[in-house]
Amino acid sequence: MAAKFPLPSEITTPPGAEGWQELYSYSSTFSEARREYEDSMFWFQDGVHWPKALLPWDASLMELAIMALGQYNTRHLLVPPANGIDYRIVNGYTYLSPVPAPEGDIPMRAEQFMQRAGHYFVNWNELYDNWLVKIRDLVQQMEALDFSPLPDVEPLDVVTSGAGKGAGGQIQANYLTLLTCASTLWQYHFEFLNLGYAAYLDFFGFCKQAFPGISDLAIAKMVAGVEVDLFRPDEELKRLARMAVDTGITDAFESGDVETTCAALKAAGEPGQAWISSFQQSAEPWFNFSTGSGFSSQDKIWIENVEIPFDFIKNYISNLQSGADINRPTEAISAERDRIVSEYSALLASDEDREAFAGKLGLARVVFPYVENHNFYVEHWSHSVIWRKMKQVGAVLAKEGFFESPEDIFYLKRHEVPDALFDLYHAWAAPAAPAGPSYWPPIVARRKAIVEALNAVKPTPALGVPPEVVTEPFTIMLWGITSESIANWLGGGASEDGSLNGMAASPGVEEGPARVIFGPDQINEVQEGEILVAPLTAPSWAPIFGKIKATVTDTGGMMSHAAIVCREYGLPAVTGTGFATSLIKTGQRIRVDGSNGKVTMLD
Amino acid sequence: MTTISWFESYWAGMKSEVGGKAASLGEMTGAGLPVPPGFAICTSAYRRARDESDLDAQIARILHGLDVHDTDSVTARCSEIRQLIATMPIPEGIELQIRGAYLELSARAGTKEVPVAVRSSATSEDSPDASFAGEHDTYLWVRGGEDVIDAVRRCWASLFTDRATCYRVEMGYDHRSVEMCVVVQKMVHPKAAGVAFTLDPTNGDRSQVAIDAAWGFGEAVVAGEVTPDNYRVDKVMLDITRRIVSAKTHEYVLTDHDTVEKVETDPERASAPCLTDNELKAIARLAKTAERHYGCPQDIEWAVDADLPDGENIILLQSRPETVWSKKGPTRVVAPGSNTGDFMSSIVSTLMSPLYSKSDDSS
Repeated sequence: MAAKFPLPSEITTPPGAEGWQELYSYSSTFSEARREYEDSMFWFQDGVHWPKALLPWDASLMELAIMALGQYNTRHLLVPPANGIDYRIVNGYTYLSPVPAPEGDIPMRAEQFMQRAGHYFVNWNELYDNWLVKIRDLVQQMEALDFSPLPDVEPLDVVTSGAGKGAGGQIQANYLTLLTCASTLWQYHFEFLNLGYAAYLDFFGFCKQAFPGISDLAIAKMVAGVEVDLFRPDEELKRLARMAVDTGITDAFESGDVETTCAALKAAGEPGQAWISSFQQSAEPWFNFSTGSGFSSQDKIWIENVEIPFDFIKNYISNLQSGADINRPTEAISAERDRIVSEYSALLASDEDREAFAGKLGLARVVFPYVENHNFYVEHWSHSVIWRKMKQVGAVLAKEGFFESPEDIFYLKRHEVPDALFDLYHAWAAPAAPAGPSYWPPIVARRKAIVEALNAVKPTPALGVPPEVVTEPFTIMLWGITSESIANWLGGGASEDGSLNGMAASPGVEEGPARVIFGPDQINEVQEGEILVAPLTAPSWAPIFGKIKATVTDTGGMMSHAAIVCREYGLPAVTGTGFATSLIKTGQRIRVDGSNGKVTMLD
Repeated sequence: MTTISWFESYWAGMKSEVGGKAASLGEMTGAGLPVPPGFAICTSAYRRARDESDLDAQIARILHGLDVHDTDSVTARCSEIRQLIATMPIPEGIELQIRGAYLELSARAGTKEVPVAVRSSATSEDSPDASFAGEHDTYLWVRGGEDVIDAVRRCWASLFTDRATCYRVEMGYDHRSVEMCVVVQKMVHPKAAGVAFTLDPTNGDRSQVAIDAAWGFGEAVVAGEVTPDNYRVDKVMLDITRRIVSAKTHEYVLTDHDTVEKVETDPERASAPCLTDNELKAIARLAKTAERHYGCPQDIEWAVDADLPDGENIILLQSRPETVWSKKGPTRVVAPGSNTGDFMSSIVSTLMSPLYSKSDDSS
């Protein structure tokens, strides 16, 4: 390959972002000392999880996630060809570089992997049930962490119980516990994930070998669960919409304003009250649902921005009123899945093939609920709790003048928070004037300006020398990075005939006007019959999938959450185009061929 | 006795009433293999027409003392009989039913006088006349009730070709023992036509239906005169998995005089896909049904009829066994006798060389 990407050492700082390195930990940036290694590697930008410049504290969850992925591949499971992933932050964006396992270690690793991964596959259901318990316990533990403002005087029982310690120390300890929980969370995440993908890939590979023309959708449909927790938030919205229709309280939703709606519901007597309490029941945990990937403190969470679920519910109500059927026909989906499986099975060449097909499908179905559901438990529910808790920490500091707003906490690096809390603790204990109120606000202001400057510049999709072929299975599955997509990036976007290539993530062909949006805040701009073009989509955008014709994203692979949701909703999708949001304009007519991974600009 | 039997209401018990050709059209329709729509005018119609006239007596008179070796005499006498049948009166009730059925067929095609093929379909059970079936008449592009009635009579008349008549005389068979059913079937008027295989001819993939299609009559595709649009449709999902639209520079079209003519296609139309997604799926469904019906991979010819409404416009013209890949047999994934239970080894080898990393271009 003649063309190449800029080397890490060649990247310059965008104007106004000078000194951006201070926003992140020293180990996460490119450095002179590691230059030889860094310039020799291939780094791709992860826009699937981190589409915008990272806020300093938000980098923590990225770092924990990448670390845990490596830990499991390298130290726990010994995935034969793949070690973990190295990462760097450049101009606020996350770049990843898969670390291959040494060629010579592969036979040894294969043996270990069979034993270790084998244990998981054989005991999957039991281990997964246990995982669900672990994750709920973890959420509970985080929820219980107290970040109340420090009391003027400790309550009497703190003294009389002989506890011997108080709130100042506790808030420090609780912050560290929160960090430990976040680390545990990400270890739990990768306890299963790559194994799930491996089993899925194995079935996938078998199908492609038996039927070279089979679509990814067909394979996904055979494996996909019928009841999936990731779609549960959307199901809850539909249920609440139906409840409003059935109990005759739809008038309350007419205003479209949360306060007015709530007042109207309360005034509607018994059915209104019942609806409110039903909403509250759904909300925990199902509306701990981020409008983004879940990795940004800035993304809105349904439960904290009730206008979002209310809007969707209002929409569903009007669909119901116009006679639309918004039910997910689970029995029909189930029957269709059986039909697909039995027809492909009948087309196989031999009984041995049928037996292997059934075995691999069986395993894929055992592991797939984790692949589908973990996203809700980890990135949505648990992260929502983490963001909430961090805002509580921010509120404690803001109350003492450290910040203008509790959310300023996210402009501190994670290890700066204990310093600030100590400052607060000492000032509370002495009492004395804390340094924070004069120290942090200018830093936060500067960092805000830097983040803004970083966000103004679109990151290069990759750095360094691309590999001849991409073989690392998880890179392909999760990020959609293939030899083709790299060639595509190097080509600068559109091919000669003015079309864009990406991953054939969900099949079907649709034409229509494009709607280019850059984040969840713009979701409301999307009109019926448009084709959604976005840097990436999130599962929580599902409620608008009923009105769009197709989806095109800049980033993401065939197993990215966007792809899973598109297949579930039967929408054609092309992911990982690299440049869709910069080359396509809102209103422009485009054709999306989700079967061939091609987007054509028609005017 | 039924006079008119539509293909879709055919059942096995009617075979003796409608003859081989009509029975096969009825069977195919019933099996979800949509031949061009039409109906059979059952043997009872011929019998009544014959019995309500003095036809038998006339035939006996004309053939009296026939020397089967006197070709001139045979030709003259048979021709006289055929003339007689071609002009004989048809009982009014029967004629009305035939005209009514023709009107109904026209209405289905959304027109007043739909062009039809009128063909003879001799009842062949235990009858040596089966071997003469090919000799019986076929009239194409017949339009209008009057002409249909006329063609029906001429089909009946074809029972008395020189050869069939001599054969019966020589063998001592009664001329009353042979009867004639007539099939009236819509002429196909293709918007687009082509071929379909119930497997991918490039790699033998049994999960795919491969469709080649061009505008107009299928001749252009079958003879390779145009580069057709090329599609793959997944047999199970009915997804369109591949779509290559070519410039189809020529097409065979129907002229105002009911003839088929080769014309140049205007460039914009030439480069437009000649099938909608729904049509593609319907063709794939048809191919799949043919494969199931005949029990092996098929190579079919089909047309999308311009006159018939959506949902009824996909027509099967021919289905025959696919030979190339069928001979090789389907491609096995697992070697015979290997242990399919060793999933860990398989997962390891999948991780070592995931299919997705390979350039996906099997074609």
